[in-house]
Parts: sequence; C-alpha cells; structure tokens
Amino acid sequence: MQGQGLVGTAAVAPRLSSAARRRQLREKVIAGIITAMAFTGIAALVLILVFVAKEALGLFLDAEARHEASPSKMFLPQVVRAGKPPAFVWQPVSSVPKVSMIPLFIGTLKTTLVSMLVAVPVGVAAALFVAEFASRRLRELLKPTIEMLAGIPSVVLGFVALMVFASFMQDTFGLGSRLNALVAGLGLSLAIVPVIFTVAEDALTAVPRSYREASLALGATPWETAWKVVLPAAAPGILAACVLGFGRAIGETMIVLMASGNAAIVSASLSDSVRTLSATIAAEMGEVVVGSPHYSLLFFIGVELFVFTFLLNMLANTWTRRVLKRLSGAGA
Amino acid sequence: MKLSWRRGVGGALTSLTGLAALLIVALLAVIFLDVVRGGIGTVSWRFLTEPPSDGMMGGGIFPALYGTAALTLLMTLAVMPVGVLTAVYLHEYAPPGSLLARAVRVAVVNLAGVPSIVFGLFGVGFFIHFVGGSLDRLLGYQELHWAQPGILWASLTLAVLTLPVVIVSTEEALRAVPLEHRTASLALGATQSQTLMRVVLPGALPGILTGAVLAVSRGAGEVAPILFTGAAYFLPDLPHALNSQFMHLGYHSYVLATQSPDVEATRPLLYATVLVLLALTFALNLVAVLIRARTRRRAAAAH
Repeated sequence: MQGQGLVGTAAVAPRLSSAARRRQLREKVIAGIITAMAFTGIAALVLILVFVAKEALGLFLDAEARHEASPSKMFLPQVVRAGKPPAFVWQPVSSVPKVSMIPLFIGTLKTTLVSMLVAVPVGVAAALFVAEFASRRLRELLKPTIEMLAGIPSVVLGFVALMVFASFMQDTFGLGSRLNALVAGLGLSLAIVPVIFTVAEDALTAVPRSYREASLALGATPWETAWKVVLPAAAPGILAACVLGFGRAIGETMIVLMASGNAAIVSASLSDSVRTLSATIAAEMGEVVVGSPHYSLLFFIGVELFVFTFLLNMLANTWTRRVLKRLSGAGA
Repeated sequence: MKLSWRRGVGGALTSLTGLAALLIVALLAVIFLDVVRGGIGTVSWRFLTEPPSDGMMGGGIFPALYGTAALTLLMTLAVMPVGVLTAVYLHEYAPPGSLLARAVRVAVVNLAGVPSIVFGLFGVGFFIHFVGGSLDRLLGYQELHWAQPGILWASLTLAVLTLPVVIVSTEEALRAVPLEHRTASLALGATQSQTLMRVVLPGALPGILTGAVLAVSRGAGEVAPILFTGAAYFLPDLPHALNSQFMHLGYHSYVLATQSPDVEATRPLLYATVLVLLALTFALNLVAVLIRARTRRRAAAAH
C-alpha cells in the first residue's frame, strides 16, 4: 500500500490487532477532547465580548434608546436647562435622562492618574531594589511579602481607602469632600503596585548577568550598573508593567465604588468626588430595567472597558515578549 | 566624577529604592494591623455561627460564610477540569509552534486582564439571560426559574474569571515534571493518555492543587462579578438550590461599609467581617505558598 520499497515491512505494520486499534482510537478520542477543551479560553474571551456587546446593541437598534442616548448625547455637550450653557451631565435616571459619558471618563482618568503617579515610582523603585540591591535573603523575604498585597481582595482595599485613607486625608488636608479622586486613587494604587512590581521585577531579573559583569568590570559602581545598564535594558518590560497597571486601574471596580464619592462632577480638582466608568456599572446595574436604554448604556460602558483593557493588555504583552526575546537572544 | 561622589549617589539611590520597598511592606502592615485591631474583639464563635440580626446592626455572618464556601466550591468544580485540560493541551498535546496553542495563550493573557465588573455584565448577559432564559423556555417554566440571579450563575461567572489562574499554574506544574518520566513511561509501552493519567498528572498534582487554592483565594474575594449574578443584600436563609441567591463575605463587607444607616454602630461588625475575609484569603495564599515550597524542595531533591 505504502509504496513498493516497503513491501516487506508494510505488510506487517498496518495490520494491528483489534485491541491495538481500539487503543489507538481511544488515544485519538482523548486527544480530541483535550484539544476541544483548549478552545474554552478563546471561547470565553469571544463570548464575553459578544454577549456584553449584544446587550449594548439596543443603544443603536432600539428607537427609544437611539433618541435617548445617541452618540452626540453621550459625547458632546448638551443644553441641560434652557438659558444655561451646554454641559456634560450624567443623570440617566432623571425624568429627562442625561447620558454624557464625559464626566465618567474624567472621573476614571483622575483616579487612574493619581494611582499611576503613586504606584509607578513606588512599584518600579521597589522592583529595582529587590532585583539589584537587596541581598538574596532580603529578596526572598520581600518578594512574597509584596506579592501578598496582590492577594488582598479589592473590597478590603476599598474598605481601607474608605475607613483609613479618607479619614487621614480629611484630618490632614481638610478636603471639601471626604471621598474624592485622591482617596480613590490612593486606594487604587494599593491594587496596582503589586502588578507593576511583579512585572517590572521579572523584566529586571531577565537582564543577563553578563551585562552587569561587563559594566562592573569597566569600573562602574553597582548603582551606575543598575541605573545605566540594567534599567535601560529592561525598559520595555517596565513600560509593559506600567501599561498593565494602567489597565488594571481603569477596570478596578470595588475600590473606586467605595472611596470615590460617586458624584459625576466635571472638574479638574482632585479633591472633588468622582464617578468612574466601572463604578457606574456597579452602582446602577442593580436597579436598572432590563432592556431599557439605561441598561444598554451600562453594557456599552462595559464594552468600552473591555476594549480599553484589551488593547492595553495586547500592548503590554507584546512589549514583555519583545524584551524577553531580545535579552535571551543577546544573553546567550 | 569623584569616586566618593559616585558612591554617595549610589547610596542615595539604594536607600531611596529600599524606602519604596519598605513603604509597600509598611502599608501592608498598616492594613493588617488596622483590620486585626478593629475586628479581633468582635470575632467570636457566635459571630461566626449566627445570622445577622437587628437590620444588620447585630448578630453574625454565618450565611455569608456559608454562601462564600458554597460559591467557591461550585466554582472550583467548574473551573478545575477545564483549566487543567487546557493546560494539558498546551503543554502535552499541542504540536510545537501550534497556532491554536498560541491563540489560547493570547486569550488566557487577555482573559486575565478583563475587568472583573465586565465579567459581572457577561454573567448577566450570557448565563442569566441567554442560558437561563433558554433553560426556562425549554423546561416550560412560566415564571423566572433559571433566568434570575443565583449561586450557579455566580459560580460559573467566577469560574471564567479564575480560568487563567488555573491554566497558568497547571502549566507551571506540568513543566516541573521531568521529561525522563514521560519518556520512560512511553518507552515501557504506555500510551500518551496512560502516561498522562499515571505519570504526568500525579507528578504535577501538588502544583495543580496550588493552582486550585490560588483560584479559590482569588474567587472568594471577588465582589464585582457577583453583584448582579447572585449575591443578596440580606438573606438569613442559606442557599438550598442552584438558583438560590446567597450572602457573601465580600459583598456583606461592602454593604456594611457603604450602606449602613448608623456607621458607628456597624463599625465593629464591619471590621470583624473584613478580618474574617482577610484571614481566609491569607490562609489560602499561605497554603498555596507552602505546597509550592514543598514541591520545589522535593523537585530539587529528585534532581
């Protein structure tokens, strides 16, 4: 069957006993089942987008929703009251629903910005310390301790922001509203510091020893080596860590829900209360009428969050892979 | 530059970065101490075994404990087979450079980055309205039976959320099983699935358990995905069916923290609830660390 050259052996090999054939079939079935299971992860990601987008679709298909929450009403300033200048207002449950997403974008941006300003320097510096300066014993103690922060449920971090940070800020600075963008941002930074630390530390330790040895051999001090050789070599990985942290901060819900004050105010001040995209879903989804324009609107916010974080993740993923590839290629 | 100056800058940089590390550890200590100090006086056997009373101004947290346990148990049952088999595909079955394997890896990385509140929306849209609604129509229920928030839908939502955790840690566990074990088994005439069942999976078991524990600790603390898929504000009855709503430690903490009519009166209860939740997640993480350390030691001894 196989070809003339194989006549001698081919006559024996394909004639398997029925038990062996059954075994072969069983192996194929098992491999098939396992391969099919591998699709679950992909399916989950696709289903998430499809089903969140499907519920948001009402916004564009339903006539009532199209009128109530048109893209111009979501993104352009609207005349809210006659005689007043146009403004951005989020009041989806008032008698005349006002659905501007701009206050939510601003709120999300403010809390995210505060958290990044705190978490990036602290997280990257701590990663640099653990990767470059700490003794082996200290490193083995510090790393799991800092990563423990990642294991704390976000509702507990929200609780800490609400009970500890808010009171501390109130007592120290006497801000106008007790719960504001600053307090929520500080709470958020607790959640993203471990993310930034872990990814940055991985990138730093991926820098080959030969780089350090070469630098030290040329007479550089350890800090010069760390600052001018190791850090630049790991830069894309550290950037990836920051992007990943940014994505987490945008999507994090419980902390901002508990500590931001939840008022959709358009202002530049960090001491005003804010309402973020994620907290809006969490706060309003419970009382919304299924299928109403407001319901579709909340799912639309979900689509936005999904798309933002997806893009940031892809970016971070590409950068991380690039730095690992470059370093492992160069270090070999 | 003078060497002494260079040393000085170096010292400053080292202490500055060290300070950052110290700051994180200090914050961790502050959180821990604050929660323990505020809650330890209220946690008692009665607190753990009684339902809330007096409009949540008194009593305990038993329904929330029970709900959290039932929720995470169902979640684990759902996520472990899928997660472990996916990892087995990636590590044992996927042909080298397989397109499917690469796609699965990208999907898993991105799944891990999807905001938890979006999982909640997904649970509502997919499990409650689509799956639940279809079930109700199929089974001919007139009133909502499956198409409503319940513990099953909340667990399945969390299972999707924890899938990346299980896949990543199982793959790591499979990687730790030496290649010689597989080749020895295959050389003795065992098939690939026999090798998998009798050699690879038993060898990877501690790592797989670590993954399960990590998934439980992650899933038990997540509140956003269960807000609309099954968690109840107040429900003294324990969940008795798969479509029952349930109380949850994290959600209960959130409710006590933000919706109490009298903040001062509920403060001890709030602190005690958060303490229990924190102790639970720390204990689970500690178990994961211990299993992992033991496996590493054994693996090191075997080589």
